[in-house]
Amino acid sequence: MLPSWLLSLIGGGLIGGAAALLLATQGRIAGISGIAGGLLAGAPSSDRGWRVAFLGAMLGVGALLALLWPSSIGVPEARSLPTLVVAGLLVGFGTRMGNGCTSGHGVCGLSRFSPRSAAATGTFMGAAFVTVALVHFLFGGTL
Amino acid sequence: MKGSIVTAALSGGLFALGLAVAGMTQPDKVIGFLDVFGAWDPDLAFVMAGAIAVNAPTYFLIRRRSAPFLLPKWSLPSRRDVDKRLVAGGALFGVGWGLGGYCPGPALTSLPSASGAVITFTLAMLAGMALFQVWERRGAAQRSASAHQPSPLSSTVVDA
Repeated sequence: MLPSWLLSLIGGGLIGGAAALLLATQGRIAGISGIAGGLLAGAPSSDRGWRVAFLGAMLGVGALLALLWPSSIGVPEARSLPTLVVAGLLVGFGTRMGNGCTSGHGVCGLSRFSPRSAAATGTFMGAAFVTVALVHFLFGGTL
Repeated sequence: MKGSIVTAALSGGLFALGLAVAGMTQPDKVIGFLDVFGAWDPDLAFVMAGAIAVNAPTYFLIRRRSAPFLLPKWSLPSRRDVDKRLVAGGALFGVGWGLGGYCPGPALTSLPSASGAVITFTLAMLAGMALFQVWERRGAAQRSASAHQPSPLSSTVVDA
């Protein structure tokens, strides 16, 4: 078995390759919140097909992983369902308000040297570090 | 256009596989990466490093073309300014990411595993996106009612 940091590096390379493929073939940003949010926001029918295909394949591979490599899919043991409701609402609202998430701003935006994406990535990384630190010190890491 | 459907599916599938190989579909590992004052697990820094190492050079290489391979034009964000909305949205997202250990891609990739945790998170995430839609429309309606000039539609912004 490969060391876990190397798997992370390889997985990151696959993610970067997936983003490069979408850019090269259709000139689009592989930002998950933007692709999904565009569907929810009622993108015109000419702009829906590729979104459905991208997300459908993501779910399809997710189903294969759940069947063939279940240990790759975890659950947050230290988080309760009410916490996950709050977390989901914030992630959904925040990624739409800030026009992107870890993929769109992080992977794609930093690769394009976009100042907007650099500011967004710095902000969400900082907020996430502070949040986990607060959960660590105030609640003993479980919430 | 059929080709772009196929390549979008290939990209989405490869993206999901990459997330799983990288460990991003394990929320406890994500939280461990964010837990710098606890038992910090630095592995996930290598995800971003690997992704950018592949994507950045390819981006600048591909962008030397006048158009992508299958479509007549680029659909890329053109804004470069940093505004309050970007920072506030990023901060809300970061708090949610730290609370749940899921960001949007890993949540969708993990959804077919059908754990209570991922179903709960993903439904709430979709509700949060829909809520933003409602909030934005109300704000736009109020602005155009109070000001005589129509406000610029934020829906014209291409997402990062």
